[in-house]
Amino acid sequence: MPSTTTVIVGAGHCGLAMSHCLAARSIDHVVLERAEVANSWRTQRWDSLRLLTPNWMTRLPGYGYRGDDPDGYLSAREVTAMLEDYADASAAPVLTGTTVTSVRVAGGGYVVRTDQGTWRAPTVVLASGAATVPAVPTLARLVPAGITAITPAGYRNPGELPPGGVLVVGASASGVQLADELHRSGRPVTLAIGEHVRMPRTYRGRDILWWLDASGVLDQRYDEVDDLVRARNVPSMQLVGSPGRTVDLNALSSAGVRLAGRLAGIQDGDAQFSGSLPNVCALADLKLGRLLNTIDAWAGGAGERFAPTVVRSTPLGLNLRSGEISTIVWATGYRPDLSWLDVPVLDRKGRVVHDGGVTACRGLYLIGMPFLRRRKSSLIDGAACDAAELTTHLAGHLDALAGRRERSAS
Amino acid sequence: MTTTETPVDNGVNVEALLGVREALGDTPEIAQFQWRSTVSWVNGTHSRSDVETFYGFGDEQQHHTTFSYDVDHPLQFAAQDKGVTPVEIVLVALGSCLTAGVAAVAQQRSIQLRSVRATLTAEMDLHGILGADPDIRNGFSGVTVSYQIDADATTEEIKALVAQSQKRSAVYDIITNPTNVTVEVC
Repeated sequence: MPSTTTVIVGAGHCGLAMSHCLAARSIDHVVLERAEVANSWRTQRWDSLRLLTPNWMTRLPGYGYRGDDPDGYLSAREVTAMLEDYADASAAPVLTGTTVTSVRVAGGGYVVRTDQGTWRAPTVVLASGAATVPAVPTLARLVPAGITAITPAGYRNPGELPPGGVLVVGASASGVQLADELHRSGRPVTLAIGEHVRMPRTYRGRDILWWLDASGVLDQRYDEVDDLVRARNVPSMQLVGSPGRTVDLNALSSAGVRLAGRLAGIQDGDAQFSGSLPNVCALADLKLGRLLNTIDAWAGGAGERFAPTVVRSTPLGLNLRSGEISTIVWATGYRPDLSWLDVPVLDRKGRVVHDGGVTACRGLYLIGMPFLRRRKSSLIDGAACDAAELTTHLAGHLDALAGRRERSAS
Repeated sequence: MTTTETPVDNGVNVEALLGVREALGDTPEIAQFQWRSTVSWVNGTHSRSDVETFYGFGDEQQHHTTFSYDVDHPLQFAAQDKGVTPVEIVLVALGSCLTAGVAAVAQQRSIQLRSVRATLTAEMDLHGILGADPDIRNGFSGVTVSYQIDADATTEEIKALVAQSQKRSAVYDIITNPTNVTVEVC
């Protein structure tokens, strides 16, 4: 059975960042990748998708954007190429086409089974991603037959969808972007909206991400926030990677997208929307106001304020059998797929319990989850800090193991 | 958040509530509650509802006394007006739920409340319950809650209190979202 010091599961930006940090400390490791480097960027992104963060923010350990468009936004294809280059430049020991089938505790370390053989290692880093499987609500099974159902992971472009109306469920980054794109394709779009994070693309003449980065908002640590459970469940920002273009609800409704409350139920073929839309919009407006106040307090002076979200009378129901809706887009988020993890670190909902990526099982680490260690942990730019700190912890654990061996040998 | 000289006290034991949330981590099953009420017809549209017991925290529970509510319809409906109407009870429930939430959230955010008042209005078209127009629903066509709050806080902080109270309100959720209802005859 081959052995190494650290097995990293997943060769996305987090797995590669971790590999870079381990290599810098000469910690022997492998990166096991079920398909190819940056697999989800190759296979689960729609054609027009671009990063929400500007190019200058595309930073990884030992890597920074060097192109001639620092204020642009990378396309999925460009992200794939960037990660391939990064893996090459770091000489990351990636084993592609290697699917992990189980990770188990064995003799003070871990046994990692794959479809290409079994590895033994005292430490394992779970870097297979927070957004591996689309999370579609159970009420999706109540959608009448004949309606095309898709998720952002499977969507490519409007041309693949049947003509006719679209119900987009979910108003985070994916939902607002697809609502916008499908509306522009000439389809009537209804957008079902729950709690969301309103965000302007630019503020005081700069990209909003510049402010979030410079003011330290993105650096806020997981052990500094009042309610970590809530912070880790905050939906993605309503942004699109397009210079100066805001895709908040006012922009969408002015363009002609019909706004509705959260999809609360489907009964006898009728979609039922919550009457809570005014409040979720009020919550998002207030939250944006507080964020802009924070930025102003840091920067001095006062910037512009954005008009409150306009919620006119919204539909409470929509007949899904009338033919008005031909497609439903479930933009309801993603979840990790850790079905192969056979280590007792999961809570009752199947989520890994961790303290900033450090699990209670010594030597088992997690990276790439929302607010893992910082607000920016969910961004590519967050991987560098998280990987560096987890590597320090991991190295300390290896030292402790080595110390224990020495003591027992003497 | 404003600093006051005396500790903020809205009469809400936030520590106890947060303690419950903490306890749920170890014993999620204690979160399962059942609320109950019984109703007896008196005469005409007059009925009396009693509320005494509930189940929660893993055990049978009891109010310190049995609460009774007379519910009727007004004289204008050719009834005896022995109590408020059922739809007004819904407004009572919504207003009291949101206001309890305002107090609790204010306490947690260290905001001293001085007075909280709300006016609730609900629009309804009688064509619905009279069966006179199938296109009109029985229930409210809309509900408006209008708060006047005097507190040690900015306008934005007060708006945030009211928004957060809606976000965590059971009755607000019950009114804004569909709920399965089973009515049986035993």
